[in-house]
Amino acid sequence: MKRDLRQRVFRLGPFVGLVLVIVFFAVASGAPERYLSAHNLRVVLAQTVIVAVGAIGMTLVIVAGGIDLSVGSVIALTGVVCALGLRDGWSPVLAVLSAVAVGALVGLVSALAITRLQVVPFIATLGMLGIARGAAKWLAHQSMVDTPASWVNELAVTVPPAPWMVFAPGVWIALTLALVMAFVLRRTVFGRRVFALGSNEAAARACGIAVERLKLAIYSVAGLFFGLAGVMQMSRLRQGDPTVAIGTELDVIAAVVIGGGSLSGGEGSIMGSMIGALVMAFLRNGSQQMGWPTYVQEILIGVIIVAAVAVDRWRHVQGGDE
Amino acid sequence: MTPALRLLGIDKRFGATVALDGAALEVAPGEVHALLGENGAGKSTLLGILGGLLRPEGGRMEIEGSPYAPRSPREARDRGIALIHQELSLFPHLSVAENVLVGSEPSRRGLVDLVEARRRTRDVLAEFGHPEIDPETRVGQLPIAARQVVEICRAIAGRARVVLMDEPTSSLQRADVERLFALIRRLSASGVAVVYISHFLEEAREVAGACTVLRDGRTVATGPLASLTNEDLIAHMVGRSVDTRFPDRASPTAGEAEIEVRGLVSSPAVREASFTLHRGEVLGVFGLMGSGRTEMLRALFGLDEADAGTVRRGKREGPARSTPARRLAEGLGYLSEDRKGEGLALPLSVADNVTLTRFSSASSRLGVIDPRRQHAQAAERAEELQVKMRGPEQPVRTLSGGNQQKVALARLLHQEADVLLLDEPTRGIDVASKAQIYDAIGAAAAAGKAVLMVSSYLPELLGVCDRLAVMSRGRLGAARPVAEWTPDSVMEAAIGT
Repeated sequence: MKRDLRQRVFRLGPFVGLVLVIVFFAVASGAPERYLSAHNLRVVLAQTVIVAVGAIGMTLVIVAGGIDLSVGSVIALTGVVCALGLRDGWSPVLAVLSAVAVGALVGLVSALAITRLQVVPFIATLGMLGIARGAAKWLAHQSMVDTPASWVNELAVTVPPAPWMVFAPGVWIALTLALVMAFVLRRTVFGRRVFALGSNEAAARACGIAVERLKLAIYSVAGLFFGLAGVMQMSRLRQGDPTVAIGTELDVIAAVVIGGGSLSGGEGSIMGSMIGALVMAFLRNGSQQMGWPTYVQEILIGVIIVAAVAVDRWRHVQGGDE
Repeated sequence: MTPALRLLGIDKRFGATVALDGAALEVAPGEVHALLGENGAGKSTLLGILGGLLRPEGGRMEIEGSPYAPRSPREARDRGIALIHQELSLFPHLSVAENVLVGSEPSRRGLVDLVEARRRTRDVLAEFGHPEIDPETRVGQLPIAARQVVEICRAIAGRARVVLMDEPTSSLQRADVERLFALIRRLSASGVAVVYISHFLEEAREVAGACTVLRDGRTVATGPLASLTNEDLIAHMVGRSVDTRFPDRASPTAGEAEIEVRGLVSSPAVREASFTLHRGEVLGVFGLMGSGRTEMLRALFGLDEADAGTVRRGKREGPARSTPARRLAEGLGYLSEDRKGEGLALPLSVADNVTLTRFSSASSRLGVIDPRRQHAQAAERAEELQVKMRGPEQPVRTLSGGNQQKVALARLLHQEADVLLLDEPTRGIDVASKAQIYDAIGAAAAAGKAVLMVSSYLPELLGVCDRLAVMSRGRLGAARPVAEWTPDSVMEAAIGT
């Protein structure tokens, strides 16, 4: 009973961290009404959308015991695909869907390398990081792809097109998808098998789970989210930029890890990852408001990542796990 | 009556090692069938083939008269075969219910039916006499014995027609063993056939009606257990023709005591071990899997934590708890039973592997290694042990198992350790390499080294050692001269009837 309570408190860890970050900057900035204003909240949330959508897919991969390093490149590639479609006069829906489909395709190819060629996920997706980036530059002829105005450009803006929306449409899309995927991971057979795979792959195979097919599904579904993140990225820039989002995969992985995901698999939650993404966004935003140089943010985020994982390990020891 | 399960002429090799050589097994519906044999006789391989984890090279299998050739564990399960593994194969991060039902989760349109999952798990747990286990608990938080209960419940929940159990009692308390036996009887009464591997004959007699004895991958005896005495069974298990050459050991003149171990305890595997090892002697330790033989060596070498005990070297006496670095400095050398996992650095060269524990022999005072000296030293050791290799720069990974093992032993010799702790020095290697390793062990003893050799292969212990002690259920018995032991008396001590 006591342990249960303690576990529950610990599980709130990332959320407590988020509150601490917000309170700290609200006080430290000396102007809490500005830091906590609706406008600033819009700024932070709109900035978080790309990492948050990516982190939904990454949670799936990391819980299954894998990793995907190609996210930043996939965001650039799918952003370019979406922009090219819009420029060539495709309907916005078709352009967005093809970007998302390209994301899934890239994930499927990585997973084929992992399952059929027996390349470890780190290397397979490291290779894909280069391939997707190169493909993006190739498609875009190494330059920006300008897009005509459409609703796609309004997805991740700071101030939503209609006041009743309160936040950018992308924020609501990310929130909805996060809720859906949290449910999928927790309650569906697919989701529980993702956890089983990450928890003990050999046992999963012995229990009759088709491990290879499951991996193909996981990386493809994650790719859908990376593709959507690419659309969000394009929406923010209002053009397709093949050189954008370099290193974003590390932010996405950090969000999952801060939210309680374990790189050895079997652990992680969508809501935790969302909080992880918000922690980093509020930290960045707060540092900017304080007028701190960017190197301070970088150091702080580095410290937070290590501290979050250290606290997580400690929680395991305390909770009597393993 | 059609047998529930029939296997004929099953062959299986792992590289050069023949694991099964025409093994046969026949189990009637509702029968509890004990599968007996020494370590390495092929019991686990046979169950692995039945469970779809391994594929045989030859032979025929039938379930209830129809041909059976599973290509995956899934197919085995679909045909009604449930395998309970020797090593626990659970999902520590998932709940008990999820572990029990994984692979066959109750669901509607992809959604797990949590209420149904909980109900089914609770039913199975209650049936097994463990209603106190909460289906919601994460398995990682359960004690080991409870985890095995979960594992067994998984097999039952799968509605199997044949349940295969590989040493299911090795981590259970006596009360849990009773419950397991009651459950096995209930399974059997409902027509489910159970194949049961155990090292303990008394246990087998308690629960099984029939038995099959495997030796060297062949079926050497089968029939009702009641018709065979323990002596018969042991004779079948060990009665091999010794076809290996052992070195002629000049009867050793017992040297001074090199190392004295008193009251070594390393929970939970080692409950009490005391022995004296003399210079120029080979002391053998026999034990079955799970007897604590490996853990005793590991604790002595500082790889596992020793909870109690003392170690005396000459006049100096110290606590048994130590670290590998300290033990190395004290002149102990350790050969791991797990050659690939912790014995060798596989991608590195023979030269690096041989000189790893004593780089100083080939390096300057500043720690710069002279590759020529290093290679020459390694080549010399390798030649002593007749390692077949292109040269000392060859990666160890590319050598055969027998040659890899010789490289591991060469490291100990290069280290110039006074005490050699050898854990299964000939596991999984060919006969010729075995003989060379026996020669090297004999030569080391003749040169005044003290050798402790742990093995589960009795003939080699009887052939190589001067004295022999038997470890059973965590306790090391008294060491006696090899001449005073017979294969049967060793087995009896190991089985601990």
